[in-house]
Order: sequence, then C-alpha cells, then structure tokens
Amino acid sequence: MLIQRVNRLAEIARRNRQEIIAAALSRREMFKLGLLTSAGYLVAKKGLSARVSSADDSDVCSSPPTRAFVELLPTPRDGTMPIQTPVPVSALSPAPAVNPVAGEGRKIPHQAFTTFPPQKYYGVTQKAGQVSVSPDLPPQNLWGFAVGTPSMNHPISVPGPLYVAHYGEPVLVRNFNQLPTANGGFGKPSVTTHLHNGHTPSESDGNPIDFFEIGQFYDQHYPNVLAGFSTQPFAPTGDINEAMSSLWYHDHRVDFTSQNVYKGLAGFYNLFNQFDTGDEGTGFHLPNFPQFDIPMMFADKCFDRRTGLLFFDLFNLDGILGDKFTVNGKIQPVLHVSPRRYRFRWLDAGPSRFYQMFLTDLNHLSAHNLFWQISTDGNLLPNPIQVESIRLSVAERADVIIDFKPFAGRTVYLENRLVQTDGRGPTDHEIRGAGQGNLLLQIIVDGPTVGDGSVDPATHPTFYSLPATNVTPRVKRTFVFSDSGGGWQINERFFDGNNPRFLVQQNTVEQWTFVNDGGEWEHPIHVHFEEFQTLRINGQAPATSPLVQIGRKDMLRLEADASATVLLRFRDFLGKYPMHCHNTIHEDHAMMLRFDVATLGDTKQNP
Amino acid sequence: MNDMTRRTCLALSALAPIAVAALTQPSRSDDSVSSREVIRDRYFPNLVLTTHEGRKVRFYDDLIKDKIVTLNFFYTQCEDGRCPMATANLVRVQKLLKDRVGRDIFMYSFTLTPEHDTPAVLKRYAKAYGVGPGWTFLTGTPGDMEQLRRKLGFSWANPIRDARKASHTGTLRYGNEPLQLWSACPALSKPEWIVESMSWLEGPKDQRAS
Repeated sequence: MLIQRVNRLAEIARRNRQEIIAAALSRREMFKLGLLTSAGYLVAKKGLSARVSSADDSDVCSSPPTRAFVELLPTPRDGTMPIQTPVPVSALSPAPAVNPVAGEGRKIPHQAFTTFPPQKYYGVTQKAGQVSVSPDLPPQNLWGFAVGTPSMNHPISVPGPLYVAHYGEPVLVRNFNQLPTANGGFGKPSVTTHLHNGHTPSESDGNPIDFFEIGQFYDQHYPNVLAGFSTQPFAPTGDINEAMSSLWYHDHRVDFTSQNVYKGLAGFYNLFNQFDTGDEGTGFHLPNFPQFDIPMMFADKCFDRRTGLLFFDLFNLDGILGDKFTVNGKIQPVLHVSPRRYRFRWLDAGPSRFYQMFLTDLNHLSAHNLFWQISTDGNLLPNPIQVESIRLSVAERADVIIDFKPFAGRTVYLENRLVQTDGRGPTDHEIRGAGQGNLLLQIIVDGPTVGDGSVDPATHPTFYSLPATNVTPRVKRTFVFSDSGGGWQINERFFDGNNPRFLVQQNTVEQWTFVNDGGEWEHPIHVHFEEFQTLRINGQAPATSPLVQIGRKDMLRLEADASATVLLRFRDFLGKYPMHCHNTIHEDHAMMLRFDVATLGDTKQNP
Repeated sequence: MNDMTRRTCLALSALAPIAVAALTQPSRSDDSVSSREVIRDRYFPNLVLTTHEGRKVRFYDDLIKDKIVTLNFFYTQCEDGRCPMATANLVRVQKLLKDRVGRDIFMYSFTLTPEHDTPAVLKRYAKAYGVGPGWTFLTGTPGDMEQLRRKLGFSWANPIRDARKASHTGTLRYGNEPLQLWSACPALSKPEWIVESMSWLEGPKDQRAS
C-alpha cells in the first residue's frame, strides 16, 4: 500500500515536471527566467561552488536568478565596448619623459622612449563606477578603465576600452589611478596594468611590484615593435613571424590580481599590421574590423544572494568558480549577426575556470558545427585549422572564423561543455553532451545579407610561418609546480618580487621545461614578454588538432602530472619579468617567480 | 478543468513567485547589508575561543573587528617539518614588525588539534619559540575550531588532502578588517617579503619604498 503510494507520488512529480516543460513555459522561456539550466534541470539551489560539498559550509557561490539572453553583447562595432581615442600630448601635464615625472608612480626610466618615440598618446583612468551586468541584478559597483584623463570624466566600461594599435606606431598610455579607498568588499586600489603579452620593455610591462597608488599615474610605453628588431638577422624591423594580433590588458597587482581583475580591471588590445589589417580587402583578408571582428571576454562570477552584488570568495586556495557566465561583462548576452563570416577573439579572463567552446544549435543537437581556429594566444597560426571545439584555460586566447551563412535565420549558442566542479581545473576532462553545458552567448543570425570579402578558411590561406625551433638553447631550465600545504611553489620556492630567481641573457634562446608535480591541479602557466613554441608535451610533439597546441603561445596549459618543454627567444629589452600560474588564485598565493633579462645571464638549471 | 491542466497550473503557480521576482524586481538587493557585513557573515563566526593565557575571547568581536591581523593554523605536535619552520618564520616576522605587533597589528595562530592543545600547552609552545606579546595562540571546542578552519578557507576541495592536518599549515592570511583588504601568502615566505605584504594593508597613505 505504502509502496504504491510512493510510486504514485513519484509518477505525479515526473509528469508535473514534463508538463511544465511541455506546457505554457517553453524550454526557451524557462531559460530566460533562469529557471532551467541548459542541461534541462531546474536551477539547483546551490551553485557551482568549489566548496559546496563541505557539509558545514554556507553556499559560497549561489547567485540570485537572472534571465539569459535579454541583453546585447557589448561590441566595438556599435560603441558599447568603447574604442580608445588618443589625446594631444598637451593634455598630459607634465609631459611624458624618459625619466619619471612629477606625480608618476614609475621609478624606472623608459629604455626605448627615444628609439621608438610615441606617435600617439592615450589617457586612461581607473576608477569606480556603476555598471549593469543583468537587468535582474542591481547596478554593480565595479572598477574599470575610462577613456581619457580624469578631467575628461568619461564613465568606466567593463571590459575597459579597446585599444586599436598598429605595428610601427609606438604609443604612450598615461594610466591614472583614481580608485577609491573603500573597496566594497574586495580589491586593492593600488594597481599595475599588464599588457598581456606585448613585446614591452620591463618598466611598461605592468610588473606585479610596479604598482602605483591612488592619485598617482604611470606612463606605459608600448613600442608596438616586432621581436628581434635589435639583432641580426631581423634588425631593424624585427621578425614578421613574431607578429601578434589579439592582446589584452589586466591588473597585475601582487597578491591582489585575482580580486582586481574580478572587479573589472581588464580589456582588449588589438594589434594590426600590413597583413592583419582589419580590412578584408587587404592583407590576409580577415573580416573587417569592427563590423565583423568582435572580441569576447569570458568570465564567471558570483553575486551575493542578499545584496545581488558581485561577490569574491576571499578565502579559497584551490581556485574560485562562479555560477553566472558573463561575456564582455554581461550575463549570457545576445549577439545579432549577418549570414557571413565573422572573426571572434576569445579570451578566458578567469579567475579559475577552463572552457571548452562549442557552437551549439539547440534544435539540431546531433550536428557537429565546425569552425576555424586561426590563432593561439592571439598569434595567427600558419594556416586556419578546422575544429569542433576549442579549450581555453585562464588567459588563453583563440581567434576563430565562424561562417554564419549556413545558420541564416537560425539561432546558435556558444556553449562551454567542459565539466568543472571546483577551482582546481577541469573535472576528469569530462565533456557534456550538446545542449547540456553552459550556454554563454546566444547568436541570432537575423542580420541583413551583406557582402563577404573575407578569406574563406577552407581555401587554406597561409598566414605567418612559425619561427625555427632547430636552434641550440643557451641554457635548459626546469620548473616544477607544486604545493606545500597551502603555499604554491615553483621549484619549491615562493614568490619574492624583490629578487630575481635567475638571469636570462639578452638576445639568447632558452629551453624551459614545466613539470606539474601533482595530480590535482591544472596550472595555466604564463611567461611574460616573449611568446614560446611548444617542443614536447609529455614527451610527444604538440598536436595540431583537436586541441591546437602548435603555434606561438604565451600560456601553457599544464595538466595534472604533465610536463611540457618550450623554446623561447629573449630579445631586445632588459629588466624584470614574472613567470607564473594564471589561475589568479594560485598566482596571488606565490606561484610566481621573477626573472630578469640582463646583458649577462646565468645557467641555473633549476632556479 | 481537467486533471492534467490543473496539475500544470499548480506547477506553474509554484514557479510564479520566482518568475515575478525575476521579471519585475530588477533591484532585488538588500541595501541595508554592507559588504563588510557580507564578509563577516560568510567568514567570521563569532565563536568563543580560549587564548594561551586562558582568556575567553570572541573571534569576530575581540580578534578581528577593526584590526589588521595575520591568521594561520598550526598544531603543537605537527611532525611535518614545515609546521615548526612556519612558527619560527613568523617569529622572525614578529621581530621585524617590532612593537607594532600588539599595537596596530595582531597575529593569531589557531590549533588544528584542540583536543591536545590546551591553553597550558599553547603557552608552553609560545614560550619555547620566543613568541612576543601581540601574538595569540588559540584553542576551542573541536567543532568550533573545525568550523573556523573551513570558514577561513584553510580547506581543500580534495577530501583526502583536506583530512591531512599538515596541509592547512602552509598559509598565512593577512587582512585589514575595516578596509576589507584580505590576501594571503605562504607562511614560509621570506620574513621581509611578509612584512612588505603587511605594509600593503595600511590604506591610502601606503606608498611603496623605492
């Protein structure tokens, strides 16, 4: 009798649920209400907290419900992502100079200011502002970058303004710190902005210890020059095969990077040249900027249940995950496109999540929607590679070409199908089925039919060649990434910003091997200043597909118990640079080292 | 109304309050809760603990509120070589901070084995390491100490790792409660680097020495 009753209740529950979906609220409407996950489950009470399994823990990440696909993706094509505009040098007082000027937080002279005199000057102001991330949440008190000097009084945007830079056109950015002392719960109003991964002199690189304080400014000189310009065989222009395309900038304040970037201090920096022109009628014929060339910054966030305000889990060591997925600062936005080819510049802005990006049509879940990867970490590949998905760890970038012509009149989604249940890394590298992951961006192919003069990647166009790797390194070094009961280590030592671990000799080649000494965490390793090429991953040559590992990179996705060997050329500039884990929680907890490029290097093999 | 429709209506009406909230109340915020209170409520339970001097204190009210602090976990019988080194390293930090410890910086070390580490045991431990005034060793009920450890994030996602007490002894948290500035560094970082990190908590007048 009792068993019958239980069975009957279960059956009623099951039918009820089916009817909710079948009846008045369509699956699509329920998405919009935030009541249904893309996997078809009613929204779980608990979010995707790293520590949600701990019995006595409060829900660290359990954001209020928000509707998906109601706000437009901010893009540079309509100004919703502002494009940086230069100011006359007279707007900067005192005038920029080689040596630090009055009011400047910089303490080191510019080393290339006279070699590459700035042709354009920018002001950018870091300050607090109110920003909307969703119509269902209150305005957020974020920190961001505003176009221009403080007196121009422009609002901040998150992400910050997009820089449109060109090789051969050096620029100077005067970066003002107008942040408030009161941080609203997290963030340190003391900043240093890293241009990831410019070929930038050390004093302009945004080194973690080169931070400047409220009321100060810092002049950053970006030569926009190709690596190799100072030595043969590439002097004086540098090696065209070292050309970079998609960079980003973000705060790098030692011990507070994760908080400050989470709070909004990040943006894009596109670097064009005579081949990657932004004009599909010239050069490599890549889609026109900005109409068909759109940067996308992916970042997962938590919002406090009571206040609805952005919340940062201050006390977590593994890495932190959010249960709300933003693209260019909006939760699950919408993009309208025309039926033609687009270039998207994807960036995983962290703090700890890995993604595996698919193009999903919810009405054709069995379809394999292929697209073209044209770059790794913002550096064009020798040729486009056709893929079904792309994996990104924190700070990794991928430029892609997607042709929306076959999807005319339809709606598709960028979907992350990689399972990750805590901040350590992907969980067993499990990939969810189509439509069961995180729908990040809705793309509606309802724009007018327009011409498409961009290159068809299927015709196998060629871009830059890869620099030669058959060179003898001056020194081979090994770096072991491990933990020590709460302190993240490289070669069993912690970060010390005041002392270099080792000296790289200027204009030489080095071979570095990264070893992940542990089965638990994945570490996305970032080397400042120079792109590397991967020689071996776990003893094997790097793969072309499906997870593209060839090409020039500045991020090495170091999986659990894995090792990887890379080749780097350190050229042109001198000074201190960091190498670190870009899971920003690990980075802030000492998984970082300082190396200096000097006229005379050392040969420490395990520094 | 047939049976199926009635069930559908019931199901939908159950969802309606959430739907209405999501659609019509864009600002669902509770403005009366400050970010400082959010942090306090999530991380700083106001538990009663006992100091190595035998004094009863409340974790938030007496130890954290309005203060610049360092927080770490340890236990006196730790056989992992790093725990004693961490305590010894923090003694060097205390010496470098001089009389600021106890005046505007307060150091707290919490035991992971409260069953063993009574106030008397903690007092002997502090004395053996030459710990000066302003640095307090604390114990409490096992349940409270475990709650405190988890709240303060001295915990790991991996349950096997999390069960190892020594795995919680490597981190030194540092913070300024009223300014809501919190970060952490390895307890075995160079003492000079830890002292420099502490200097970043001092708010707007903080300027880095060149």
